[in-house]
Amino acid sequence: MQNFSYVSAARPEEAVKALGRGCAFIAGGTELLNWMRLGIATPDTLIDIGGMEGHSRIERTGDHLIIGALATLNEVGEHPLVRAHATVLADACLKAASPQIRNRATLGGNVLQKTRCAYFRSETPLPWGCNKRSPGSGCAARDGLNELHAVLGWADHCVATHPSDPAVALACLDASAEVMGKRRRMLPMTDFHVSQVEAQAMFKAAGTGSLLPAHEAQIETRLARDELILAYHIPIHDGERSAYLKVRERESYEYALVSAAATVALDGGLITRARIALGSVAQKPWRLVETEAALIGRRLVREEISAALRTLFEQARPLAHNEYKVQLAANAALRAVLAAGGVS
Amino acid sequence: MTDSLSRREFLGASGAAVGVALTPAGATAAPKGRTAERMVDVTCNVNGRPVSAHVEARTTLLDHLRERMDLTGTKKGCNEGACGACTVLVDGKRMNACLILLAQCEGRAITTVEGIAQPDGSLHPVQQAFIDHDAFQCGFCTPGQVVSAAACIAEGHATSEASVREWMSGNLCRCSAYPQITAAVLAAARRA
Repeated sequence: MQNFSYVSAARPEEAVKALGRGCAFIAGGTELLNWMRLGIATPDTLIDIGGMEGHSRIERTGDHLIIGALATLNEVGEHPLVRAHATVLADACLKAASPQIRNRATLGGNVLQKTRCAYFRSETPLPWGCNKRSPGSGCAARDGLNELHAVLGWADHCVATHPSDPAVALACLDASAEVMGKRRRMLPMTDFHVSQVEAQAMFKAAGTGSLLPAHEAQIETRLARDELILAYHIPIHDGERSAYLKVRERESYEYALVSAAATVALDGGLITRARIALGSVAQKPWRLVETEAALIGRRLVREEISAALRTLFEQARPLAHNEYKVQLAANAALRAVLAAGGVS
Repeated sequence: MTDSLSRREFLGASGAAVGVALTPAGATAAPKGRTAERMVDVTCNVNGRPVSAHVEARTTLLDHLRERMDLTGTKKGCNEGACGACTVLVDGKRMNACLILLAQCEGRAITTVEGIAQPDGSLHPVQQAFIDHDAFQCGFCTPGQVVSAAACIAEGHATSEASVREWMSGNLCRCSAYPQITAAVLAAARRA
């Protein structure tokens, strides 16, 4: 790891003001330090925001749950308010990483982690192409070993997925990130991350003609470079229940093959509202909007939910090695909806 | 080399010499305050003793413990937060020392495996339980397992075999002594 300058900020205003070229924020640091070891990031200055007081608070304000960005994954996962009103988020947090990492990693930093694509996560210099690491060098995973890669929203320049569990829950819950740059704004978590297809559109809209088209592989979120996440605002809907299902190759301390977050509201045995987000199938949490619409008025039974999930098979574009993910994701979504509705 | 010099002392001494050679001549203590510095001053507490250090900003807690403080019980396994061999307590919470900068430890209280036993040398219940249950083979992961287990029990997560396996999953054992480790953690939890 190359050396850098270090400074701590006591308040967000101070942190944002200190942010210049070559600077990076550090809070838990569980991702950033590994990026620096691999050469994924080489910041010249780290601005430590971990000591900003009052930004790890978890509280209910009216019909919203507010979670400070510096709350750790264990704090979020074990907090009674989160467990009661956003079970899906609590479970997603506790199914992420290890107990040690969850004591360190913050909910603010978690959504900004980078893909687990093995071609991406290698030490500099890379012996293969990766447009995220070196724009224009190609995507080794596109026609390489891609069993863990995207089945939705990918483009030829990049087929990576986003690995965060909490991000899937936050998107399912229609949470918003309160962010601060030159001004404060709310960024819906369904729009926070972008698929590779969306990144292409953003790139074209920005009109940055001087860059190689492959630079779009580096666009992963709609958070601006000078913005800092302060908190998440989660709307609370009484009577709605939620669940998170994570499918992985070992039972604990492993990234998801696929995951599914679901909320369900029932009235007289019929679904009045359902929300579903899939994880590890795309570079963003993938909301199943058509399925959600099709579930309204349906009974909470396997056959009805499976029928509503059919659109997923029409939309999915599996790569050479990951066709299994489509069925796995549909099964996970089915089980998450049933679990959210109280059927195990 | 003299017979009285152990392998660890020899390696420690060589390391220190390299460290001195790499320190730029004329480096001065960084001023306190809110300007970004490549050398940082840190004051914290390790195993009950106050510690002051002047280090490169990139120094991890793990490297400082091992290379500068000779607290080599905390192991460097993967150095990327995957194995748990470097587990320490920071303000009572278990964390991977390889994923923490020493600069982030200002004012914190750190407990390593060397600080787990009683001051009189009597073993922590987890340490005794590991012996009683033969919960190690090569022993490399053991310091991390012991610190993690002590925290796991204090958190209230050592309630069943399934809960221990889940809440100890951040500590890998390549010898796969998991059944014995799980039994040891549960036994220590019953005694706590």
